[in-house]
Amino acid sequence: MTKEFEPRIVGILCNWCSYAGADLAGISRIKYPPNVRIVRVMCSGRVDPSFVLKAFAEGADGVLVSGCHPVDCHYIEGNYKMWARKVMLETMLQQLGIEPERFRLTWVSANEGELFKQYVTEMVDAVKKLGPFQKPVNWMTELLEHERSLGTAVQEIAAGGGVGE
Amino acid sequence: MSDKKLKLGLYWAAGCGGCDVAVLDIDEKILDVAEVADIHFWPIAMDFKYKDVAAMDDGFLDVCFLNGAIRNSENKEVAELLRAKSKVLVALGTCACYGGVIGLANFCTREEILETAFKKTVSTDNPEGIIPQPVSEVDGCELHIPEVYEAVYKLDDFVNVDYYLPGCPPRAELIAKAIDAIVAGQLPEPGSVLLPAKTVCDECKREKKDRHVDEFKRPWELIPDEEKCLLDQGLVCMGPATRAGCGAACTNVNMPCRGCYGPAEGVIDQGAKAMSAVAVTAVSTNLAEMEKVISQVKDPAGTFYMYGLPNSLLRGRQMKEAK
Ligand code: SF4
Ligand code: SF4
Ligand code: FES
Repeated sequence: MTKEFEPRIVGILCNWCSYAGADLAGISRIKYPPNVRIVRVMCSGRVDPSFVLKAFAEGADGVLVSGCHPVDCHYIEGNYKMWARKVMLETMLQQLGIEPERFRLTWVSANEGELFKQYVTEMVDAVKKLGPFQKPVNWMTELLEHERSLGTAVQEIAAGGGVGE
Repeated sequence: MSDKKLKLGLYWAAGCGGCDVAVLDIDEKILDVAEVADIHFWPIAMDFKYKDVAAMDDGFLDVCFLNGAIRNSENKEVAELLRAKSKVLVALGTCACYGGVIGLANFCTREEILETAFKKTVSTDNPEGIIPQPVSEVDGCELHIPEVYEAVYKLDDFVNVDYYLPGCPPRAELIAKAIDAIVAGQLPEPGSVLLPAKTVCDECKREKKDRHVDEFKRPWELIPDEEKCLLDQGLVCMGPATRAGCGAACTNVNMPCRGCYGPAEGVIDQGAKAMSAVAVTAVSTNLAEMEKVISQVKDPAGTFYMYGLPNSLLRGRQMKEAK
């Protein structure tokens, strides 16, 4: 029997709104797919685009960044800054061959547990349809061969082996 | 100085040759070099063969400056050979250090590139559609040429590199300084970049203000103010993410930095960092407006990874399946 592909989603959430929103979803026992691994940052404005790329480079199938709604950011304009980066990052990801469904920026407030569930569910469904993210070294056969010969090759992650291990 | 002269090697892998020219650009300083060093291998300037290198004892060369990226099997073979023969291996120039301009090839597959180069350009005259193969038969003989790799790699993907001296090309003074340091035995920790840990912005004399940009422009669309930061004037400048060393050569002559000295200390992905710095200059509370302004930067990946795609976190466009 082939196991269904379970994507690994990295969720980078701001402390003051989205993380609290995810927490509320938990406290309220709202059921949502377990595919998202959450990283808490103080503000979505702290999210450097390299965090997103690093997640992909290290095997994430999708990245969800979430912050406070516009006007609500605890640090006033962090979420606007993230929006600015997001706009450029989306173009960049597309140029780098990464499907748009794999990256999303959302706004979730501390009392929107249901909304958090909705966004996670949507993202997991979309990424499931796409399948696993191609590991970056897979097309670089010469490098992969060289690293194998040294025993340093990045471990290949079996599709679907991600969740709950 | 001891009577024993420094044994020097220089090599050009996949690059434009500019780094070798930069070495020649040290001008009369080359005479000082000749006084303290003997050059044992330098294909662009002197007649040596690979077999001469192969005949050397391991560690025979005191220092080898290797410029250019790894693009084919020949580059890799010679890099491995020179690594074995050199006590100190210096990656010279941005191609060897980070992949360089030719690293932009990682936006395409090898097949796409060969198809374009040998079949599709307007000036191509190749009626039989022949694409060179690593092994072919000519008049009953087997002919071998190096195999083009699937991607462009940086030198340290394949061999251990002791020092990095980036720049496209590195300024001649920096090369001269590096040679001085080697002769004086004053090299830093192996693995270091032989340049200051600062950014181009630190070396740039322009006045930086609280920035808000409501339009991005390309260099030919305006004559920038000579005093103000170029980012503040809506030009895409990579100074904030780029390593110092050039003395802000471009911004001094009213051109934005394109990032040719590679990532500043502590920056893991130069393109992402520069993109972030540029994007936030357009920050505003009007999301739609912001979107409009930011989309004026037409080719962010090509712009921000111009000198370092093989050194970036993703190393290039993600290809579906390797053939
Ligand atoms: S962003 Fe460019 S113009 Fe502005 S200070 Fe930095 S290097 Fe100079
Ligand atoms: S200003 Fe930037 S692009 Fe110009 S030489 Fe310096 S690092 Fe290179
Ligand atoms: S604190 Fe939530 S986005 Fe800034």
